[in-house]
Amino acid sequence: MALYIALTYNNEVDWSQPGFEEGLREYTAFEEAHATVLKGGHALYPTSTATTVRVPGGKGAEPVVSDGPYAETKEVLTGYLLLECADLDEAIAIAAKIPAAWYGTVEVRPVHPSLGV
Amino acid sequence: MGAGGAAEQLVRQEGARVLATLIRVTGDFDLAQDAVQDAVVRALETWPRDGVPDNPRAWLTVTAKRRAIDLLRRESGRAAKEAEAMSLLDPAPEPAQVVRDDLLRLMFTCCHPALAAEARVALALRTLGGLSTAEIGRALLVPEATMAKRLTRAKQKITHARIPYRVPAGEELPGRLSGVAATIYLIFNEGYTAGSGAELVRVALAEEAVRLGRELAALMPGEPTALGLLSLMLLQAARLPARLDGQGRPVLLPDQDRTRWDAARIKEGVELVGAALRHSPDRPDAYAVQAAIAACHALAPAYADTEWDAVISWYDVLLTVHDTPVARLNRAAAVAERDGPAAGLALVDELTGLEDYPWWHAGRAELLHRLGRAEPARSAWRRAVELGLNEVLAEDLRRRLAATS
Repeated sequence: MALYIALTYNNEVDWSQPGFEEGLREYTAFEEAHATVLKGGHALYPTSTATTVRVPGGKGAEPVVSDGPYAETKEVLTGYLLLECADLDEAIAIAAKIPAAWYGTVEVRPVHPSLGV
Repeated sequence: MGAGGAAEQLVRQEGARVLATLIRVTGDFDLAQDAVQDAVVRALETWPRDGVPDNPRAWLTVTAKRRAIDLLRRESGRAAKEAEAMSLLDPAPEPAQVVRDDLLRLMFTCCHPALAAEARVALALRTLGGLSTAEIGRALLVPEATMAKRLTRAKQKITHARIPYRVPAGEELPGRLSGVAATIYLIFNEGYTAGSGAELVRVALAEEAVRLGRELAALMPGEPTALGLLSLMLLQAARLPARLDGQGRPVLLPDQDRTRWDAARIKEGVELVGAALRHSPDRPDAYAVQAAIAACHALAPAYADTEWDAVISWYDVLLTVHDTPVARLNRAAAVAERDGPAAGLALVDELTGLEDYPWWHAGRAELLHRLGRAEPARSAWRRAVELGLNEVLAEDLRRRLAATS
C-alpha cells in the first residue's frame, strides 16, 4: 500500500458560513463511503487568513512575512485528504469521487515513505 | 541474411516481450532494462556462433533473470534485496497467459494517462520499440540529453506514484485503450508527416508504429480500436512510396502515382477495416471510420474516380463519434470536390478555433485559388507558411504562391 495526498483546488469556500450545508453533506457522504482508505485530511480556512513566510537571506536570516497565499489564483488550495491505496489507479478512482473534483481540481501526489515527521 | 542478421532480428523481436516479463518479476524498469540489455549482448555473441536456441524467448528470459539477480546482489547486501533476488529463482514455470499478457501490461503502463503524451511516446519507443535514447532523440528532433531526462522522469513517476503494471479491465478498458492507440498513432504521425528521404530515421517511426499496432491487434483479438488503428496506419503507410517525387518534393493525393501504392497493405487494411466495423456496429470506432475514409481513397483507381458521396458519408459518421474542427475541415475538402469550391469554402469559413492551424489556411488558400480570388488566396497561403507548416510542404506552397503572383 502507498500513501497519497489529494490536494483540492477550487473557488474559495468558507464552509463555516450557512448555505454550504449541501456541500458539507457531499463531503460527509464521500468520507463515509471511503472511510477505509482515508487516513486524514482537513478543509482549510479561506486564503484571506493565509500568511506566507520566506527567509530570503537564507538559513538564520530575518524572515519576511506577508499576508496572503503563495499564489494569487482564482482556484486556491482549499483542503487536503490522505489516501492509502494499492496504486495510482485506485488513488485516481477515489480522487474522482472527491466533491472538489466536480467543480474544481484535485492534485494527487504520492507521499514520500521515509521523509516526514 | 547471415546468421548474425537473423539473430539480431530475432533478438529485437523478442526483446520487448522479455523486457515486459522482467519488469513484472522485478518491479523495476531500470533493473529490467539493464538485465535484458546484457542478455541481448550475450545472445548476439553466442547465437551466431553456436546457433539459435530452440526457444529463444525462454533463453533470453532465463539469462536476463540470472543477470537481474547478479545486479540485485551487487547493488546491496541488504536482506530485503537478497530475498527479492531469491524470489526470481522460483523454478515454477510461469503460466503462459501471464507471460502472454506481459507485453500488453507494458503497453498500458507506458501509455498511462498520468504520463504526459510526449513521455508516453518516448517510453513506448524505448521499451516496446527497443530504440536507444539517442535514436529516439534523433527521431523526435529532441537533444539526447533532454530525451534521457524525459525518460528518467517518466520511469520515476511510474515507480514513485505507483502506476500499476496491469491490463485494465471492465469499464476502465475503453478509455485506457484509447490512450494506447493515441500513443501509437502519435508515433505513426511523427514518422508519416516527416515523409522525406533525408529523414529516414523519422520514416522508420511510421514502420515501428505499424509493428506496434500489429502487436496490439494480435494481443486483443476482435478489439475494434486495435483493428481500426492498424487498418488506418496500413492504408496511410501504403501511400508512402508515392508521397515524394524524384526531387524529394511532396506529392499530394490528387497527383500521386497510384501504381506505386503498396497493394498488399491496401488489401490487408481494407480487410481489417471491415472486421473493425463489424465488431462495433452500434458505435463505430473513430479509427475504423477514418480507415474507411482512407479505404475509399485507396480503392479509387484514380483521383477523378473517388467516390465522394461515400467519403462524405463516412465523414458524417466520423462526426457522430469524433466531432473535431479538423474532422470538419477534412469533410469540407471532400464537399469541395463533390459540390465545387464555393460549397467547400462556405463550410471551411464556418469553422472556428482553427486560426492557428496551418492546414485551415492552406485549405482556404486552395479553394480561394480555385475560385479565382488570387489576392485572398495568396494571403491565406502566406498565413499557412507563417504558422509553420512542415518545411517540405511549406516549400511546395511557397512555389505555388510564386506561380500565381
